[in-house]
Amino acid sequence: MRKFCGKGVYGALAVGKATFVKCRETEICRCEVSDIGEELSRLEKGKAKAAKQLAQIYERALREVGEDNARIFETHMMMLEDEDYNESIRNIIRTQSVNAEYAVFVTGENFASMFSSMDDSYMKARAADVKDISQRLCECMASRHKRGTVPKEPCIICADDLAPSETVLFDKDNVLAFVTGKGSENSHTAILARNMNIPAVVGAGKEFCEFAKDGDIVAVDGYTGEVFVCPDKATLEMIEKKQKADMEKKELLKNLKGKENVTLDGRRINIYANIGSVDHVGAALFNDAEGIGLFRSEFLYLESSDYPDEERQFSVYKRVLECMGGKKVIIRTLDIGADKRADYFGLENEENPALGLRAIRLCLEREDVFRTQLRALFRASVYGSLGIMFPMIANEWELDKVLDICDSVKSGLKKEGTEYSTSTEIGIMIETPAAALISEKLSPKVDFFSIGTNDLTQYTLAVDRQNPLLERFCDTHHEAVLELIRMTAQNAHKHGAWVGICGELAADTSLTEVFLRMGIDELSVSPSYILKVREAVRSIDLGSPE
Amino acid sequence: MKTFEYKIKDKVGIHARPAGMLAKEAKNFKSEIIIEKDGKSVNAERLMQIMGMGIKCGDVITVTVDGEDEEEATKSIEKFFCDNL
Repeated sequence: MRKFCGKGVYGALAVGKATFVKCRETEICRCEVSDIGEELSRLEKGKAKAAKQLAQIYERALREVGEDNARIFETHMMMLEDEDYNESIRNIIRTQSVNAEYAVFVTGENFASMFSSMDDSYMKARAADVKDISQRLCECMASRHKRGTVPKEPCIICADDLAPSETVLFDKDNVLAFVTGKGSENSHTAILARNMNIPAVVGAGKEFCEFAKDGDIVAVDGYTGEVFVCPDKATLEMIEKKQKADMEKKELLKNLKGKENVTLDGRRINIYANIGSVDHVGAALFNDAEGIGLFRSEFLYLESSDYPDEERQFSVYKRVLECMGGKKVIIRTLDIGADKRADYFGLENEENPALGLRAIRLCLEREDVFRTQLRALFRASVYGSLGIMFPMIANEWELDKVLDICDSVKSGLKKEGTEYSTSTEIGIMIETPAAALISEKLSPKVDFFSIGTNDLTQYTLAVDRQNPLLERFCDTHHEAVLELIRMTAQNAHKHGAWVGICGELAADTSLTEVFLRMGIDELSVSPSYILKVREAVRSIDLGSPE
Repeated sequence: MKTFEYKIKDKVGIHARPAGMLAKEAKNFKSEIIIEKDGKSVNAERLMQIMGMGIKCGDVITVTVDGEDEEEATKSIEKFFCDNL
């Protein structure tokens, strides 16, 4: 067995026989020609044929992957008609007196290298599109043209690289997975595989193509990007187990997607998603999230080398709000500290980072950083239904101070004539026992509470979650924790605030009924748990005795 | 001749698909439509050149429309940018 690692572009698993698809690239030779007119007319004929093929591929893609994804072939058609592209080809034929294939090949390479040299990863990936149309055009001019072999039985398509038009032409029923040696996540091939719901790994490496042979058994994990060639028994079992769980999950998805989160006796609850970056919005929507219950804004700070400016933050928040199309999006303000640190903050090492200068404490110490984030948030608020949530509140004065700063940010925006949404909800995380215990005082000041059970458990039980030796002492169902949750829910409702849970406990379906009975209004979980929790909710009858 | 400025809002900038759509749109008019950024200018009908300019989100471009149907063309192209980019 040998393992290769690439990038998984569609999460699913497959095991099957490898079928190598020879790269379409045919040898292009440069021949001098005497009849330039003949070459130019061959070019025109080839173009007409290529355009016809592309139109057919477009039709097929339209059926298989939808209009949005099919448009790339429309773009291919336009590239084929592009004047610069055509002028370059004709020029080479005329000035060098060479065959049309060679002129197309050189032009394709030139345009591709122009795209490859751009500093934008999206544009870089467009090089493959230009090569794809040039290749097609060459084939259309050749008297006898070769097609990639179309699989007759279910197999795993392996190739050095696949052009988008090749990807869409495979018979979907016979493709268990795609594995390519080259390729990027941004390529249209990757996008198409994703939309065809076929497990795919790109960029498995040159060695993969050299090592694996036609007919080898290959196991593909589109979640992790791992590809196992001739997997051993243990690996096969592992993959098959994962595959089974994956199928069950997808089956669940099929049955539960679009259904309401409602108990047998009619009690509705919101199930939202926890996400840590804009890239996860897709997963949230795919799993039918009714909103985002926790958007961790830290990534903006952790992935940059300096404080992210207002514009950068604004564009990210706006994008999440727009992608969620009016559904609730709760963004948690900066939760950074000595354990999750960004160097430019210049934080000192602390002996007890969990109890240290972090989250809202840090924001109140560095008010300028906090204000930048709040301005970006309020400015973005007009693009959807925003909730702003503050982490680690332990004192009433902290909340008062935060609300003061919010008011000052809003009046600043008003003065400039910058719009913000007045229906933006303000809430706090309940993750310190102190906050839970004074929740009755806090609730009149906010629109919602969101209970962060991970920290709440750690602080209530005085158990470090990160320490594996303490596992038996870390009882997440401890009655003290559940009591704090119950109390928080009760106090929220007393003053008209809603209450949710966004810690790991929210996805613990053995507690779903307990939470519903406490009056919890919202559960926010990882996208992949949404439907599991929905299933649990739909099987609960609150009308029957506990 | 008519001119307007536009700030790109699309997160990937003028990528393949809208560049293609723009080229198609521009071909509907007799006027010459020129896109300019940082002193570099290209004809809006030239798909590959537009893509080659690498116009990103937040970039401000100047669009110049010149020809007999410039009035109508400017309106359509401006709308195109607002709707798609």
